[in-house]
Amino acid sequence: MNINGEDFILGCSAIGAGLALIAGIGPGVGQGIAAGHAAAAVGRNPGAKSDVTSTMLLGQAVAETTGLYGLLVAMLLLFVRPLDIYK
Amino acid sequence: MFSNDIDFMIKGLFSYQIFGQEVWITTTHVCTLIVMLILVIFAICANRVIKKAQVMDTPGTFQNIAELIVEMLDGMVTGVMGKNAAKFANYISTIFMFILLSNISGLLGLRPPTADYGVTFPMGVITFCLIFFNKLKHQKLSGFLKGLCDPWPIWAPINIVGDVAVPISLSLRLFANVLSGTVMMALYYGLLPIFVKIGIPSALHVYFDLFSGAIQTYVFCMLTMTYITDAIGDN
Repeated sequence: MNINGEDFILGCSAIGAGLALIAGIGPGVGQGIAAGHAAAAVGRNPGAKSDVTSTMLLGQAVAETTGLYGLLVAMLLLFVRPLDIYK
Repeated sequence: MFSNDIDFMIKGLFSYQIFGQEVWITTTHVCTLIVMLILVIFAICANRVIKKAQVMDTPGTFQNIAELIVEMLDGMVTGVMGKNAAKFANYISTIFMFILLSNISGLLGLRPPTADYGVTFPMGVITFCLIFFNKLKHQKLSGFLKGLCDPWPIWAPINIVGDVAVPISLSLRLFANVLSGTVMMALYYGLLPIFVKIGIPSALHVYFDLFSGAIQTYVFCMLTMTYITDAIGDN
């Protein structure tokens, strides 16, 4: 199998896109911690369920941002192909 | 059996020349216009109904829905902004309805306009301008400079970077969430055989379009209100 420069860059971009999604670990752990503490808070004070839930969702959505940056990098590598200028 | 037409990109419909630049009318423009058309028709109908309403009459279904939406949005703005709510309720309600309808327009077969960075970034810039304007208006230049040099003057560059990052992170959060939902649905519809495309995607639509879209709308408006309240200060 002959691999020319273009194929090599495409393959490396795909590997890079996969590696960029490792960024999903952090938000996953963070959102899990937030949800766990929210569950504990609701258990301690069931009357404040709606307040706790909205605060938890807001915090989780903000914590999700770093994971989405990883997703954006992966999307750019796969579909916009900024590295094609080096072929 | 396996089709291979993944299609979630923005497509140009036609181009025209202005000041020597080639400008494209894309699917984003068309979908934004459709969303705005729905909102404008709703607003005109609500205006007519509310103008005709008498105090003693029993409100009809449409009037009840319109009042419910306005009360909900007013309550949300008042809950966060307190005494400043009256000035910003109109703006926050407008962007809330526009973003919500844009996010769930994937259900109508449109490409969500918020899945285009050219739509979300101006919204982030508007929020940035509101923060900046209100900070200068309410805290004066001295308070603004004091906030910049907090806790020591040597931290000013970091504070400036933190201020500039606000619109970028706001717009990227909304954009990337909606885009990820769009890409997921495009992959599902584009890569799988025909017999799993019946019925099953409705669950995915509920999560990616309705739930995610509503949460991101709420987060965008909530953060905008929080930043503006923070900029106005306590005085």
